[in-house]
Amino acid sequence: MTMSNSQDSVSDNVTGSGLTQELTQELSQKLAKAPKLNRLFRLQFEKAQDCHVLLFPEGMIKLNPSAAEILTRVDGVKTQQEICDELRVAFPDAPEDLDEDVKAFLLHAEEKKWVVYVE
Amino acid sequence: MSNEVSQDTITPPLWLLAEITYQCPLHCPYCSNPVNMEETHNELSTDHWKRVLTEAREMGAVQLGFSGGEPLLRKDLEQLVEHARELGFYTNLITSGIGMTEKRIAKLKEAGLDHIQLSFQAANAEINDLIGNKRHSFEQKLKIAKLVKQYDYPMVLNFCITAQNIHEIEDVLALSTTLNADFVELATVQYYGWAYENRDHLLPTAAQLKEAEDAVNRYRAKQQDSGPKFIFVTPDYYESRPKACMNGWGSTFLTVTPDGSALPCHSAKILPLTFPNVKARSVHDIWFNDFSFNHFRGDSWMPSPCKDCDEKDKDFGGCRCQAYLLTGDMNKTDPVCSKSPDHHLMKSITDKAGEKPSKAIKYRSVDKKTRCEYGLNASQSYAI
Repeated sequence: MTMSNSQDSVSDNVTGSGLTQELTQELSQKLAKAPKLNRLFRLQFEKAQDCHVLLFPEGMIKLNPSAAEILTRVDGVKTQQEICDELRVAFPDAPEDLDEDVKAFLLHAEEKKWVVYVE
Repeated sequence: MSNEVSQDTITPPLWLLAEITYQCPLHCPYCSNPVNMEETHNELSTDHWKRVLTEAREMGAVQLGFSGGEPLLRKDLEQLVEHARELGFYTNLITSGIGMTEKRIAKLKEAGLDHIQLSFQAANAEINDLIGNKRHSFEQKLKIAKLVKQYDYPMVLNFCITAQNIHEIEDVLALSTTLNADFVELATVQYYGWAYENRDHLLPTAAQLKEAEDAVNRYRAKQQDSGPKFIFVTPDYYESRPKACMNGWGSTFLTVTPDGSALPCHSAKILPLTFPNVKARSVHDIWFNDFSFNHFRGDSWMPSPCKDCDEKDKDFGGCRCQAYLLTGDMNKTDPVCSKSPDHHLMKSITDKAGEKPSKAIKYRSVDKKTRCEYGLNASQSYAI
């Protein structure tokens, strides 16, 4: 048998800058959709790592606090916009471009296949 | 030699490999289990295993592999899975699929099993059943693959690639896609345990490997972000730098064998070290304090050329078992490294790949008497 152990940290600076027009359009369409966690991943808090992690077959991804705040709200019911709204309430001091950051992170999460969208 | 490892620098294990039994219905000659498995009747009890899981989880272990042998042969597997999930482990079942039924797969789901890794020996019945030395096993594996998907488990397929099946890699890729696998490990066999004994039969040539890797890359290019993710593991015998074995000795991985031996990797039992047993001591005590676990931690143990090498934090001197198997000295640099004074050994082995082996293939068996004479049809193993 073989084993693999994937660990990578998600950068704190996943921002929306530099997105193309098409992507921006795609992003605004996604706002009304509800992301859900890909069935290959399980999200939980790990005491020993002192952070949230995504667990998948034989591997683990450590999440930074902002990634965890977003992903713990991903439930297949709340839309992207609703997640942004919730975060603005939870973090009233967050910068104005919080929505952009959330959208950019969720795009990153989709590319990594951590989240999926049901059509 | 002193063990200058400070307790503060020891990180907890993240990965626990629970080899719950060495019994297995298959007899694959590439098995990484030890060649001497006589102590198989002295298996840990359910309560022992539950305690091991609890202690490892408390330390921070999060990935748990139920392996073997064939873990399905333990009737308490469902109980152990349930206990592990309650503790918060991500539970992986590493199985041949032999002995799995729909009833069991449903019960395991209920117990909270997260993922099933299913092994195949080849992409067709003839070669698959010959390598595992069990008739109708391919048929059974196809059935189980469908059940794994039906019950919505993430499915990883594992194909151990050797000279016996490397020529049909394209069929392996196609079968994996048909079965709708999520991930596929194309694991070129590493030479430990039975695989070391049978290396002359198993080691592919450099040309075969290149052809296989090219085929995988061509297939990947056509996939366009759909279908299984293929992971091609190249054998280190052809490399010039060793693998970062186990991510460093005693850093991440803990294996517990069927009789309760605690090891820093599943092959370590071959080394001239005394390993502790979980029946007598806590997992915490073993991990932090045992001589064997501290022996190759850090870099104070390293010989030349490792100790002055700027890559020593990358590969940790390579694999201790490989150094021992190939040079007779577990303290030496892994001979895979081109800087090793023993590196010429690798060439003398790989030069012989593809030649007709001088001795018969040994099928994996727990029973000493039948160990060498096994085989559906032993002579066929030369033809494939």
